[in-house]
Amino acid sequence: MIDVQNLGKSFTLHNQGGVTIPVLTGAGFSVRPGECVALTGESGAGKSTVMRILYGNYLAQAGAVRIGGLDITRAEPREILALRRETLGYVSQFLRVVPRVPTLDVVAEPLLALGVAEEEARERARALLTRLRIPEALWSLSPTTFSGGEQQRVNIARGFVHRYPALLLDEPTASLDAQNRETVLSLIEEAKASGAAIVGIFHDLEARARVADREIDVTGFSPGRAA
Amino acid sequence: MTPLLDVKSLTMTYGGRIGCTDVSFTLYPGEVLGIVGESGSGKSTLLNCLAGHLPPDRGEVIFDTRAGGPRDVLAMSEPERRMLGRTDWAFVHQNPRDGLRMRVSAGGNVGERLMAVGARHYGEIRGAALDWLDRVEIHESRIDDRPAAFSGGMQQRLQIARNLVTGPRLVFMDEPTGGLDVSVQARLLDLIRGLVRRMGLSAIVVTHDLAVVRLLADRLMVMKDGRVIETGLTDQVLDDPQAPYTQLLVSSVLQV
Repeated sequence: MIDVQNLGKSFTLHNQGGVTIPVLTGAGFSVRPGECVALTGESGAGKSTVMRILYGNYLAQAGAVRIGGLDITRAEPREILALRRETLGYVSQFLRVVPRVPTLDVVAEPLLALGVAEEEARERARALLTRLRIPEALWSLSPTTFSGGEQQRVNIARGFVHRYPALLLDEPTASLDAQNRETVLSLIEEAKASGAAIVGIFHDLEARARVADREIDVTGFSPGRAA
Repeated sequence: MTPLLDVKSLTMTYGGRIGCTDVSFTLYPGEVLGIVGESGSGKSTLLNCLAGHLPPDRGEVIFDTRAGGPRDVLAMSEPERRMLGRTDWAFVHQNPRDGLRMRVSAGGNVGERLMAVGARHYGEIRGAALDWLDRVEIHESRIDDRPAAFSGGMQQRLQIARNLVTGPRLVFMDEPTGGLDVSVQARLLDLIRGLVRRMGLSAIVVTHDLAVVRLLADRLMVMKDGRVIETGLTDQVLDDPQAPYTQLLVSSVLQV
């Protein structure tokens, strides 16, 4: 489902003397449907960079990333947009939404973008928010005013409201209490059971051991090591 | 899929100075394209050339018309282009005063565009006006008030209602949230996003506000000195800019 080959990435900082910082070289791995792969490595090793390239958020300088048959390193923007709508979900660590939009609409939005009827989309959003213990009194408020843990759960709800065949999770359990952490882990297990290919970053070692089938240390992709 | 708009090598000069030069891009149905750049980068010139407000020196603007399929707008007769401007196209100006008739009531502003495409039944026109005022969150009790009595944010929402009432397929927007309070901006952004999704609109939005394009545009085009220097997915261009100028632009944004 997700196939990464010989990926290379460097940043060129044109306004800081034109330095080029190589970040990844020769990165390669693949993820089958129903499998969860955890990216590991120290802070700064390039875990998030890999995730961002997989989502089409960063450009790669070399290699290929095929998700559901589409090579996103060569795809047109509209193909990546369609992939994100239908196939590829992403739970980032930060919630980025239009201020003043109610939480319920924020969570229902991915479904509305897919053409699901408004009432059904809201119903599924309600079910997920309930499961993630976001108090109903907050649903009509914008999540921009919520606490960190609440925002993270809204983000998770957005990422799981549609059953994406491929899913990227950036520290999904980071700031959650035990109960909510348990809910998120079972959401991940359900997604795997229904055939989703998942790539995740988990600093929570227990969570990683429970949901990840394999670990990939991105330190192996660092250019310094290869040189 | 046929692109809704296919722009080829569009060039416009003012005397010897470059307005915009050699701009090419395609826009597909349902897409929102943001154009950013500082003042004088040519983004407004480009928008006005596309919308038929300025005559470019060279290039093609091919629009997938409802009746006749893809046609070069620049080769159309003036009446044909005006008709397009009233039906399939809409233009939302930065200053609502440029897009509204200030001496006509709010309902009249919305109804006038319907009448321009042949609507004559008073009850239906007023009904459509009421419906649209509601959609842009202007209370029905204000239908007979003139826009001059509205706040800036309300005027901008009225301008959007006036433009969208005829069900256009392509909307040009020039700094649609410029000059508004940030709280009003957010509400307007949400409104535009909702309308784009529900009506399947395509839009070209010119702005210098990177936060606005991040929330509104699927794709981004960065302009400098009349040229397009970088294009891509909006979040990709903003998070991993490649061109020196784009890096400078993104890194210069003040963090709140």
